[in-house]
Amino acid sequence: MSTQVREKQPLWRQLFTSQIGKKLLTGLTGLGLTLFVIVHMAGNLSYFAGNEAYNAYAHKLLSLGPLLYIAELGLLAFFVFHIVLGVNIYLGKRKAREQGYKRYKTAGGQSKQSLSSRSMIVTGVILGVFLVLHLVSFKFGAYYEAAESIDGKPVRDLARLLNEKFQSPLYAFGYSGVMVLLALHLRHGIWSAFQSLGATNPRLTPLIYTLGALVGLLIAVGFFILPLWIFFTGGNA
Amino acid sequence: MTIYLNVWRQEGPDKPGRFETYTVPDVSPDMSFLEMFDVLNEQLTLEGKEPVEFDHDCREGICGSCNMVINGQAHGPNARTATCQLHMRSFKDGDTLFVEPWRASAFPVIKDLVVDRDAFDRIMEAGGYVSVNTGNAPDANSIPIDKVAADSAMDYAACIGCGACVAACPNASASLFVGAKLAHLSLLPQGQPERNRRVVNMVHQMKEEGFGDCSNHAECEAVCPKGISIAGIAAMRRDYVKAMLAAD
Repeated sequence: MSTQVREKQPLWRQLFTSQIGKKLLTGLTGLGLTLFVIVHMAGNLSYFAGNEAYNAYAHKLLSLGPLLYIAELGLLAFFVFHIVLGVNIYLGKRKAREQGYKRYKTAGGQSKQSLSSRSMIVTGVILGVFLVLHLVSFKFGAYYEAAESIDGKPVRDLARLLNEKFQSPLYAFGYSGVMVLLALHLRHGIWSAFQSLGATNPRLTPLIYTLGALVGLLIAVGFFILPLWIFFTGGNA
Repeated sequence: MTIYLNVWRQEGPDKPGRFETYTVPDVSPDMSFLEMFDVLNEQLTLEGKEPVEFDHDCREGICGSCNMVINGQAHGPNARTATCQLHMRSFKDGDTLFVEPWRASAFPVIKDLVVDRDAFDRIMEAGGYVSVNTGNAPDANSIPIDKVAADSAMDYAACIGCGACVAACPNASASLFVGAKLAHLSLLPQGQPERNRRVVNMVHQMKEEGFGDCSNHAECEAVCPKGISIAGIAAMRRDYVKAMLAAD
């Protein structure tokens, strides 16, 4: 029996096509996107410091110029890889069990199977569609100019756009609902990413799982507190 | 006790299957699940019907042959218990049970509840061994092995290759099996020389056999009759990354 490596493929092929490489990339991009949403959420919360603070934050980001474009391209790549690999894993799973069970029940105990873990494809697809609508509504949405300028440059009044959009129950509750799905996605996603990177062991796993779920929940709350506050209080004057 | 069974019957690999309903009266709570099937098969034989085909060998919970999904759970409702060690006292009089084979494209049904698990053997052939002449047993303690590593290697070596991990996995992934087979060798000195090649070859064979990708549901650990930890899957991933970057 030969012990030669029969399939020593190039690194990039192992990363994109092997069952382990795919998990590594899905986990890495997932963690990257988690960091992004944390930063995004923190930025959103600057709204509570007033319209000017919020507009100034957005202005600062926009004035990064080429740096912002590079970051956006990186983000786009992370989203594309994460989505393509996620869908690929879902389709592969359907092929791996063509005939399903009449009865299927989780054994509980050590299992981490949950609504979260079973619905990753559903929550993921909804989040992807939401992302497009979200960019259309806000980033590429109506442009208002703020009364005050910064360093003599005109400032976009994003706070006004927010105040307007989230008067609508569809926007306020739709946005909040999707954030609940984000929490569900992260509840399985964060711990799963660590496991995919091999960064777990039986002592760490319960801690990582609990912290992951908690982080997911806090991110979601941090996001939906803003539209709900605007909807119920009318927002900043 | 009386047990009502819905058993998957399938005449051959390419034949369509269906559930058949049977009633087994006078089941003793002390019977194993397989003994209950023995009684059913005697009953079917006396009626001139074809008995239900199912795999079994040692009936001691160590050979990994008996594979049945009982009411949606691989090896039935009890933790760390193979079907042969599952006793009818775990059920109630009048229970209705659905009994199905392992369902995975890589484990095609041969007949009724018997599936072809050669895919596991081919994964083992791809690297689940050490290519050394073992010769005589070495003197005790001539090769120092850390006690924790030895115990952990033994825990992974407890894998009986039954395939419950694949059967219970929502994705029909074989990651726990492959992880266990890799980990029990990579924890010991004998496993080191071929460590990189082993992980690459076995992982690629796992894919070629048509098992699904792991989604970290950890359902495999919950149904494993030997309680093998998904830490073995994490270890497999660490080894794979190292092997990917290695020069050999």
